Amino acid sequence: MKNTSVEKLQEIARDLRKKVVTMVYKAQSGHPGGSLSAADFVTAVYFREMNIDPQNPNWTDRDRFVLSKGHVCPIQYAALATLGYFDLEVLDTLRQEGSILQGHPDMKRCPGIDISTGSLGQGFACGVGMAIAAKNDNKDYRVFVVLGDGECQEGEIWEAAQIANKYKLDNVIVFVDDNNLQIDGTCDEVMPNVHLGRKFEAFGFDMYEIDGNNMEQIVATLDLARAVKNGKPKCIFAHTVKGKGVSYMENSCAWHGTAPNDKEYEKAMAELNGGVA
Amino acid sequence: MSTQKIATRDGFGEEIVALGEKNKNIYVVDVDIGKSCKTSNFAKTFPGQHINVGIAEQSAAGMAAGLATTGKIPYVVTYAVFGSLRMCEMIRQQICYPNLNVKIACSHGGLTPANDGASHQSIEDMGVLRTLPNMTVIMPADYYAAQKLVAASAEYCGPCYLRFTRDAIPVIYDENTEFTIGKAHLVQDGNNVAIIANGDTVCLAIKAAKSLQEQGVSARVLDIHTIKPLDEEAVRRCIEEIGAIVTVEDHNILNGLGSAVCEVAADMGRGIVKRIGVQDQYGMSAPYERLMAMNGITVENIVATAKSIVPAHSR
Repeated sequence: MKNTSVEKLQEIARDLRKKVVTMVYKAQSGHPGGSLSAADFVTAVYFREMNIDPQNPNWTDRDRFVLSKGHVCPIQYAALATLGYFDLEVLDTLRQEGSILQGHPDMKRCPGIDISTGSLGQGFACGVGMAIAAKNDNKDYRVFVVLGDGECQEGEIWEAAQIANKYKLDNVIVFVDDNNLQIDGTCDEVMPNVHLGRKFEAFGFDMYEIDGNNMEQIVATLDLARAVKNGKPKCIFAHTVKGKGVSYMENSCAWHGTAPNDKEYEKAMAELNGGVA
Repeated sequence: MSTQKIATRDGFGEEIVALGEKNKNIYVVDVDIGKSCKTSNFAKTFPGQHINVGIAEQSAAGMAAGLATTGKIPYVVTYAVFGSLRMCEMIRQQICYPNLNVKIACSHGGLTPANDGASHQSIEDMGVLRTLPNMTVIMPADYYAAQKLVAASAEYCGPCYLRFTRDAIPVIYDENTEFTIGKAHLVQDGNNVAIIANGDTVCLAIKAAKSLQEQGVSARVLDIHTIKPLDEEAVRRCIEEIGAIVTVEDHNILNGLGSAVCEVAADMGRGIVKRIGVQDQYGMSAPYERLMAMNGITVENIVATAKSIVPAHSR
C-alpha cells in the first residue's frame, strides 16, 4: 500500500480517463462507458492499495487484480501502462492484430493481467481460487475483483460468493460497479438487481455502500476494509455513473461499446482537460 | 485378461492419494460427489489440499483456474456429464484459453452409470472437449491404466480431461504396464484388421480379436486411451500396414475416437474405417450390457464388422 493522496489519485483518474477515450478512439473499437464508471476505484486500487511490482509482474506474493467485467479492460490497460508494466505507446495498439492488448484481457499476452477474462460471470471464481491459495500458503496477498452490476445476473457469481464465505476469504475485496446500465437498457428494465448490495451481505460479506466516483469515499472505504480481519469477504458496492467524465457518454447505454468519432473525441478530451473530477 | 473387475474411478481414487502425498500442490476440488468419485480418502488424508464447493460446478472450474495461477495442480472431480458440459465454457475460457494446469477428472463416463439413466450417462463429453484447443482427453481402459495415466497427468503441465467408469470393468493390464499420454498402447499385434478401442470397450476388442483368431483372422488391438492428442502415427501404421480399421468406444459415434481415427484416414485418402459406438441417441435406465447391445457395442458386432472389411484374400 502506498500513501497516495486523494488529490493525486483524482489527477491520475482524470489522466486514465483520457487514455481510455484516446485508446478507444484510435482503435475505433472498445468499451468506454464501463471503463469510465470504474475509473476512480480502479485508480485507487492500482495506485494506492495494491502491493505490486511492475518490474516483476509474476511476483508470487503480489496482490491480484481480477477484472471479471473484462470488456472494460481499457481502464486496466491505462493503469498498467502508467505504472510501467509496458510502454505507453502500446496503448495505441488496443485491439490490433498482434497486440498484447486484446479486446478482452489475456494473461498470456499482457504483463500485469492475473487472469484472462471476457466471458461475464467467470472471473470472480478465479479470484476466489487465488485467495484460497493465499490462505493455504499463509501468504498475506489480497485479491481485488471488479464485477459489473449487470454481470451479477450470472449464476456463477453467487457460486463464487458462497465459496468466499465458506473459506472465510477476508482477503477478497469485490467492487461492484453499480452503474445500472447494461447493453439492452437499464438493469432495472433488463433484469432488476433487487437489493444487490444486500445480497452480498446475505452471502456473508461485509458490505460497504459508497459513491464509486467519489475518491475520498473510495479511499476511506479501502482503509476500512483493509483493517477488518474478521474472516468475512468484503464487497464495496459502488454506485457509479456509466461514462463518468464525458457528458454525452454519461448514463447512456449507447456508449457501452461505441467509439467516439473525431468531433466527439475532441469534445471528450476538452471536457476531461477542463478538470472534470 | 484377468477375471477381476474394478471400476477405473477406484484407480483414480487411490492414485490421487499417492500423488497428494508426494506433491503438496496437488489439490482436489469436489462438488459434493466426492464419495462416489472416490476422493473421500484424499479429503480425509489431506484436508489442506481439499476444497468442496458444493453443488456448483461452474465455480469449481473457475476456482481451480485461480488456484492453478498460483502453482497449484487442481483436480476438479465430478461426473463426466457435468465435468464436460455443465462447466464447458468455464473450461474453455478460464482453463484452456490461458492454458492453465487444471485437470478435470470424471467418473461416470459413457453408459456405465447405466441404471441412473440418460441424465447421468455421458456420451458427448470427449467429443466436446476434444474440440477445445490446449485440452488433452484421456480414457483409461482399466484400473491399472487409470492409476498410471492419472500419475502421468500430474506430471504433464496443461489442461487434461480424464474419464473413468462408474461400473467395475475387467482388469486387462498389470502394475508393470506402462502408459504414455498421447501414445497408443499396443495390446496385441495382427495383420488382417485393426481394432482401435478405448476405455471399457478395450476388453470387448480383446475378446473380439480372440474370436477372430479362431476364425483365421488376425487382429491388431490398439488401446488409444488418449484421443487428443491422437497418436496419429499409430493410426497411420494401421492404415499403411493393414488398411482396415474398426473403432469401438463407449461414446457417441460423432466426434469421439472413431471420428478422430477417420480424420487421419481422410487426410491419408486411404483405408476403411468402421465405427462402433453410441448411435447418436440417448440412453435410458437399463443394465449396462443391454445399453451397449442397443448400440451394437458388443463382441459379436465387432467380430462381424471386422470380417465385413477384411480383404477377401486375407480371410
